[in-house]
Amino acid sequence: MSDNASASAAAPAPAGPTGAEPSEPSRGETILREMLSSSWLVTTLAIVLALVISGVLIAAADPTVQSTATYLFARPSDFLSAAWHAVANAYVALFQGSILDTSAPTFVRAIRPLTETTTVAVPIILAGLGLGIGFRAGMFNIGAQGQIILGAVFGGYIGFAFDLPAGLHLLLAVIGAAIGGGLWAGIAGFLKARTGANEVIVTIMLNNIAIYLIGYLLTTSAFQRPGSNNPISPPIKATALYPQILGSQFRLHAGFLVAIAATVFVWWLMDRSTIGFRFRAVGANSKAARTAGISVNTNYIWVMVIAGALAGLAGSAQVLGTEKVLSIDVAASFGFDAITVALLGRSKPLGTFLAGLLFGALRAGGFAMQARTGTPIDIVLVVQSLIVLFIAAPPLVRSVFRLSSGSSRRSTRTVKEVAA
Amino acid sequence: MSTVTAPPQGAATDPSAPRTIPLAPISWRAPIVYGVLGLLTFVAFGLLPAGGTFTTFTFSTGTDLFAIAPVRVPSKTAAVVLTLIALAVAVVSFVTTRSRRRIGPWLPALFGVVEVAALLTWAVAGKTNPLPVTGLLAGSLFLATPLVFGSLSGLLCEHSGIINIAIEGQLLAGAFLAAVVGTLTQNAYAGLIAAPIAGVLVALLLILFSIRYRVDQIIVGVVLNVLVVGVTSYLFSTVMKDNASTWNSPPRLATLSIPLLSKIPILGPVLFQQNVLVYLMYVVVVVLQIMLFRSRWGLRMRSVGEHPLAADTVGIKVNRTRVRNTMLGGAVAGLGGAFFTVAAGLAFGKEMTGGKGYIALAAMILGRWSPKGAIAAALLFGFSDNLQVVLGIIGTPIPSQIMLMTPYAVTIFAVAGLVGRVRAPASEGIPYVK
Repeated sequence: MSDNASASAAAPAPAGPTGAEPSEPSRGETILREMLSSSWLVTTLAIVLALVISGVLIAAADPTVQSTATYLFARPSDFLSAAWHAVANAYVALFQGSILDTSAPTFVRAIRPLTETTTVAVPIILAGLGLGIGFRAGMFNIGAQGQIILGAVFGGYIGFAFDLPAGLHLLLAVIGAAIGGGLWAGIAGFLKARTGANEVIVTIMLNNIAIYLIGYLLTTSAFQRPGSNNPISPPIKATALYPQILGSQFRLHAGFLVAIAATVFVWWLMDRSTIGFRFRAVGANSKAARTAGISVNTNYIWVMVIAGALAGLAGSAQVLGTEKVLSIDVAASFGFDAITVALLGRSKPLGTFLAGLLFGALRAGGFAMQARTGTPIDIVLVVQSLIVLFIAAPPLVRSVFRLSSGSSRRSTRTVKEVAA
Repeated sequence: MSTVTAPPQGAATDPSAPRTIPLAPISWRAPIVYGVLGLLTFVAFGLLPAGGTFTTFTFSTGTDLFAIAPVRVPSKTAAVVLTLIALAVAVVSFVTTRSRRRIGPWLPALFGVVEVAALLTWAVAGKTNPLPVTGLLAGSLFLATPLVFGSLSGLLCEHSGIINIAIEGQLLAGAFLAAVVGTLTQNAYAGLIAAPIAGVLVALLLILFSIRYRVDQIIVGVVLNVLVVGVTSYLFSTVMKDNASTWNSPPRLATLSIPLLSKIPILGPVLFQQNVLVYLMYVVVVVLQIMLFRSRWGLRMRSVGEHPLAADTVGIKVNRTRVRNTMLGGAVAGLGGAFFTVAAGLAFGKEMTGGKGYIALAAMILGRWSPKGAIAAALLFGFSDNLQVVLGIIGTPIPSQIMLMTPYAVTIFAVAGLVGRVRAPASEGIPYVK
């Protein structure tokens, strides 16, 4: 996560979505100042703080802790050791399920968690990259969920309905997924450009429509698996599947390479290309951009199409790589995770990539934790949201840990001096 | 709609003003939307074959002062007549738009009513079960309740300059606490009182991060929604699921019939045979509509949301106003959350608000940041939710998924075609630094 903070500090463009057009630069400057003052130390401490608070929840719900709490004042040591064991077991399981399973008998089993983490992270990263472009261009796109679904529908249909040679089949399915997501998001961009329709409403509505659309499609003969009553498609043909890059022992597929390539592409697009410069100019101040001769409305459409295409690729990773079949749950909650990931990564490509890996690790590890210690995976949502909140508010973290000479008031003043 | 505006009253003093306004381009959006939808429905419901030749509607519920007999109409003729009325609305809209006259809200309302009636006439044609109009409307109002409270919360916050995306979290927290307190006390009203407290707690976090630490308000809102889902789902899985009888079996709010008023046919059962939460909703909507635009409190609030520096200059405490309004908004949304558990008579479930907070946000924008607009938009969503349920029981030729997606598609049409560029409070989302 340290790279994340330093990467965001390196690029000076104001991040963060702008719901309304910013009329004064102070908001962007505030965010920028917060970013610059957020060192790797704050990032680490934010994660620690999030884990501590979630640990309290884990301990509170543990039955042993609850029973020892009844005689807390008679023997506090029992209570403390029970709480420690509950929290430590959960977090050890979280680590073993997401990075390295130290208890596994074979090497393959030991490193499988890491490959699971990367597999889960692929759709989150891809969708998060798309959302990040929108945030930097001043569009708050909540529609990644629907765009992932449409990408999965297009990619999945090409994947199971056609017989094509290997390679070409995969390529067409992936392109189809990107087009599906891009078109779906393009609706919101087009409507904003032509009629000024608020993209927040339109993308929320498109999410809901996409969920019912896939539910409907999977009951039609074109999509439903023959002979099945369940809403599930035929399996994707082998020629259209992402190759498994570490062999058949691991689920990790070439979608991860797509995610890496997309991260580099988005970096180039936003930081090196003229198109990206226009996007950022519109995001920073759309009126100034219009005065400078940039077609703001065309930008709205292209931002959404590119963001949607990336979310569509996330859908392709799910349907052609991880799930290998089109189902109603193909997008899980990746579209909403991606919002948090893009915000945590400050909408920057590298930051989003690393934040996506972190979220992938928490999700993959959360399943292992639930299976081994019975701690519900829902606690992962608590950890994720607390991390984002604390990283977004460095002065809070500094005051909790009494950073710089003890008093919280003085430490905030130090922050301002550093930024000035 | 945005460009078709009558000259302001005060413009008469400036002789050049009335001349410049007619030069603005005419927006043909509304007549085009009416025309296209009217034609589509005319073909679909009027000309294509329906499931039967007659459609029956019932209006009476048995408690009315006098019973209205069920109405049986020939399906095809009724649908043709109704869609022709819709096309007539399009023509009226065309004429008024061309002559640059402003039309009241009755035109879109009439259009919506005849289109929905045409759809129903077509969908229920030939079914043995008649369509219970009264039940359909009463259920719609009930289902709209959390959306109304949610969008009122949103506009309380946004008029004072704070974007409240955390409505979803406030609804969910309210539902959770209402269920827990309602179960522990075995009193639904205790749950109803507890629900706003949960909403305020979420609002306090929103305040802490967005006002004290000036974190981007949209980020905080989105993340708080995730946090509330996480905490409530975690507590549900660890504590409530296995001990449902001690933690999670809230009693249901009783239906209170208002004497006399509830006996009026159609209106009575719809409006006055509901529970106390719905009656509270009437009160809150009316009070807010008046207070927001007619009181000193509302004027101050709006000035803080539009131009905080000017408000500060005349001595209004900007951040204090924002804190109070955000807390009030949290309480209102939390109260709406009680709908899901104690008002609906259901146990708490993971993520049981199911995105209603985001729909409430859409209703707020669709209603252009006014309480009466918000309730109209929320009723639209509530109606289509309930329509799907009712038609599911009667059985219709339309797949349920298509029915379910209709309100969202209608919203997109409305936002793109009729509402267009809405204007949010100017300073929302921008922290005020003195």
